[in-house]
Amino acid sequence: MTDYRQMWTDLDMDLDTHDQLCAVLPDAFGDTYLSQDNRPENMAFYDFVVSEIHGVRPAELIELQKQGGKVFGTFCVFVPDEVVIACGGAVTGLCGGSQFWVPAGEKVLPSDTCPLVKASLGAHFGKTCPYFSVADVYVGETTCDAKKKAYEILGADKRTYVMDMPQMKRQKDVDKWTDEIADFAAEVEGATGRALTPENLGAAISLVNEKRRALARVFEARKATNCIPISGKDALLMVQIAFFDDPARCAEMANKLADELEQRVADGVSVFPAGTKRILVTGTPLAIPNWKLHHIIETSGAAVVCEEMCTGTRYFENLVDEGADTLESQFQALSERYMKNNCACFTPNPGRADDVVRMAREYHVDGVIDANLKFCTLYNVEKPSLAAALEAEGIPVLALETDYADNDAEQLRTRVGAFVEMLGE
Amino acid sequence: MHYVGIDVGSTATKVAVLDADGALSRTFLCPTGFSSVDAARRVRALLDEAGIDVGDGSCVATGYGRVAVPYADKVVTEITCHGRGAARLFGRDGTVVDVGGQDTKVIVLKGGAVKKFVMNDKCSAGTGRFLEIMADRLAVDQDELARLARAGSPTPISNMCTVFAESEVISLVGKGEPRENIANGVVESVVARVATLAAQMPGEAYFLTGGLCDNGYVVERLAAHLGKPVGTCPEARFAGALGAALSALP
Repeated sequence: MTDYRQMWTDLDMDLDTHDQLCAVLPDAFGDTYLSQDNRPENMAFYDFVVSEIHGVRPAELIELQKQGGKVFGTFCVFVPDEVVIACGGAVTGLCGGSQFWVPAGEKVLPSDTCPLVKASLGAHFGKTCPYFSVADVYVGETTCDAKKKAYEILGADKRTYVMDMPQMKRQKDVDKWTDEIADFAAEVEGATGRALTPENLGAAISLVNEKRRALARVFEARKATNCIPISGKDALLMVQIAFFDDPARCAEMANKLADELEQRVADGVSVFPAGTKRILVTGTPLAIPNWKLHHIIETSGAAVVCEEMCTGTRYFENLVDEGADTLESQFQALSERYMKNNCACFTPNPGRADDVVRMAREYHVDGVIDANLKFCTLYNVEKPSLAAALEAEGIPVLALETDYADNDAEQLRTRVGAFVEMLGE
Repeated sequence: MHYVGIDVGSTATKVAVLDADGALSRTFLCPTGFSSVDAARRVRALLDEAGIDVGDGSCVATGYGRVAVPYADKVVTEITCHGRGAARLFGRDGTVVDVGGQDTKVIVLKGGAVKKFVMNDKCSAGTGRFLEIMADRLAVDQDELARLARAGSPTPISNMCTVFAESEVISLVGKGEPRENIANGVVESVVARVATLAAQMPGEAYFLTGGLCDNGYVVERLAAHLGKPVGTCPEARFAGALGAALSALP
């Protein structure tokens, strides 16, 4: 493993505290991931990335900065990566998936804030995440109250550009998002010193579409009924890492994994015994390294075969129309694609229940687990209507609410275990 | 040949034994105490004394300490076991409300099997533990708490959290509120919390299982809050153990 201590020092990180994180991650990953049997060979790439999660990619981003490129740190799947890539910049996800960062976040936010937001601010202010440290600009979006207010706190410390997300899906809302994308494009042009053209934006749209198609191929293989070619944990890891990786390499690696999974489906190679219950997990995002729920499910006699989440289908479903050839029409095409996302931030949001019911069928699931982070009002309020829609279709559903701490693991295990037993009756 | 179900709960460990024909032949319980492993060992000794060889037949463990029973042939979650046990005890479909020492479960039965369920969150509000702590604070046992509560006038205890509610009880004691009234408030608080959870799974008939099954006042108040009949029976305390024993049948 390469020594990145000098790089972290140069990034003005808190090395002592960061060392504590580096010390626990290998064991956590080993217990959760490396203990699995018969993993696809192409997971080796993702295992390597995890082993250098705070080193190898930040080093690449620093290299890009040395060549004059800018790094944009983002929190949400609504921010159009294409615009940044077209201007020679890089988009990176940011830390926010571990209890490790929560205490530092609670110094600046109320404790009854969702753990994802607390962990994100904790990672920034605690100086324990190189992705936060390396980013030139943060790009926020008004998808929930906790985030939009948190960006004010973050923005006092580093340039934070906030996109104003529409809350409904009328045509005027799609038009408004088109305008927001145009404004964001001006911000990106200013930050990078590069002009956006229909050619470079068109190329970026194709590139990101290619990445989406590759991720979708992996999910397509999970629909197989003769076997489960990849664990839910491994598929989740691929998506979690996609938020940080170079898009071309992300597509290449996902395509290699998909090749292997398609062969496994042809050969009937499964990572779970026949009869394992198939679960779709829906709800709030599972940011790396949040593997808690998937691990409980997959050690309780069930397997996760799909995530209807931002760290799942909502990240790659729907492509941007590549036919547009002016910036104006490209912004329109981008807006139309991003506004198809059925995030609970929209009202009303019937599309999400439709998506979950459709995916429950496509992935041949035995049951749905609706898993939400504590204090996420938007997703928690949608729970009953989602459950009703699923029950109307005869699809069993279990609703869970949790955070990043491990103290409810046994209670969750009891609920998940009982749900799996119920599916077997 | 015996089929043994052991429900290692947070307060008590319950045991149910079925004979070779699957008929309930014996039930007993002992306090779980500090260690589930010890409790499992004591149960083994009690079974031996009664001439029941757990090796002859099959044994299933359930409850929080289910993994602490080394001689169990398998483990089944308490939700499935309470559902199966209640289906046997009450002989028809309905909604099972299990008030345990550490959590409260509401289970909908259909065709004798669990159709759906909900559990309270990781908090002792609306559990047997809440009643235990408040009875201790009032220096009475559970029977006396129920007797006092029946005699008392409504006295709201508004805190859901057991720790804060205990402080609230202390301040009521300090103000000279009669013990009957405080007991009434304590029972109402638990019943209201349980009824709110149960209301998430509306049904035509409810069955109460767990340690409160012989507390007639709680059963009465729960029925009043739900506006529906609440059935129970003395064996309902053993519903989880009975369901585990039923799961041990071939």
